[in-house]
Amino acid sequence: MSTAEQAERREPVARTAVSVALAVSAYGISYGALGVTAGLDVWQACVLSLVMFSGGSQFALVGVIAAGGAAAGPAAIASATLLGSRNAIYAMRMGPIIGRGWVRRLVAAHLTIDESTAVATAQKELTEQRKGFWLTGILIFVGWNIATLAGALLGNVMGDVSRYGLDAAAAAAFLGLLWPRLSALQPVAVAVAAAVVATVLTPWLPPGLPVIAAALVAVIVGLTNWGAR
Amino acid sequence: MTLWAIVIIASIAGLAVKISGYLVPAEFMEREKPSRVAGLLTVALLAALVATQTLASGQQVEVDARVPAIFVAAVLFVLRVPFILVIVAAALTAAIIRATIGG
Repeated sequence: MSTAEQAERREPVARTAVSVALAVSAYGISYGALGVTAGLDVWQACVLSLVMFSGGSQFALVGVIAAGGAAAGPAAIASATLLGSRNAIYAMRMGPIIGRGWVRRLVAAHLTIDESTAVATAQKELTEQRKGFWLTGILIFVGWNIATLAGALLGNVMGDVSRYGLDAAAAAAFLGLLWPRLSALQPVAVAVAAAVVATVLTPWLPPGLPVIAAALVAVIVGLTNWGAR
Repeated sequence: MTLWAIVIIASIAGLAVKISGYLVPAEFMEREKPSRVAGLLTVALLAALVATQTLASGQQVEVDARVPAIFVAAVLFVLRVPFILVIVAAALTAAIIRATIGG
């Protein structure tokens, strides 16, 4: 993702926040459209954006529902939640930056996502970090939810979204989130192994479970720290 | 399980995960193992999602227009093209292939 790179270029934090929010919001349209094509109604797609508010998890949930329907519910919930577990790590990193007061921390928790954390942690001064976090988080929240509603309404009239390549867009979005994390041998090895495990298990397990099974690769490698140096 | 139940449970779980991070004492994060597992978990899940989103159709593995699309996306990410342009290029690639030669 270009988030961290943009932040690294030392643009004024407000400009970074706006450009990141615009990019993310634009792809909220494809989330909304994919959501209704997967079988959610417009309001269900919108509730996910309002309450879950974590793009990767939302795409994961919608992807599993598209493949397995409501019967794949437990696997859909599990993939979305596991993928969202990185937000807990971001939250731990943001905790000292956000400061005290439970209302403030509760609102901050809701806005704790890849982009708000990336923009905040790329700043040097505490005030800039705070500004980056809140500005990015709030702008994306507003943009993402408007885009979701627009995409969901659009998806209803578009019919088969694969005609417009939106399924490929979702795959590319996951790749874009993955890309900046492939900075060392260990994550690359885990990514390749996880992709192979998920693909090989696809014909044998109900939709959603191959992705969960692939997560085991990370747990095993993470606990043993195999491949690190 | 109804779709509403899935949406509500998953939404609350996602929010609870975020809140939990603000409740954990800062020292836990400095421990190596939990943060390493969480980091690799994200990598594994995203890689598995790229694979299934590109190759799976329900429970079948299918090579279709999504494969060239993800290849185009990978090349553009290497070239450091901005995120949103890559997404659009991937969608266009799949759409054009489907409109012309099918798949």
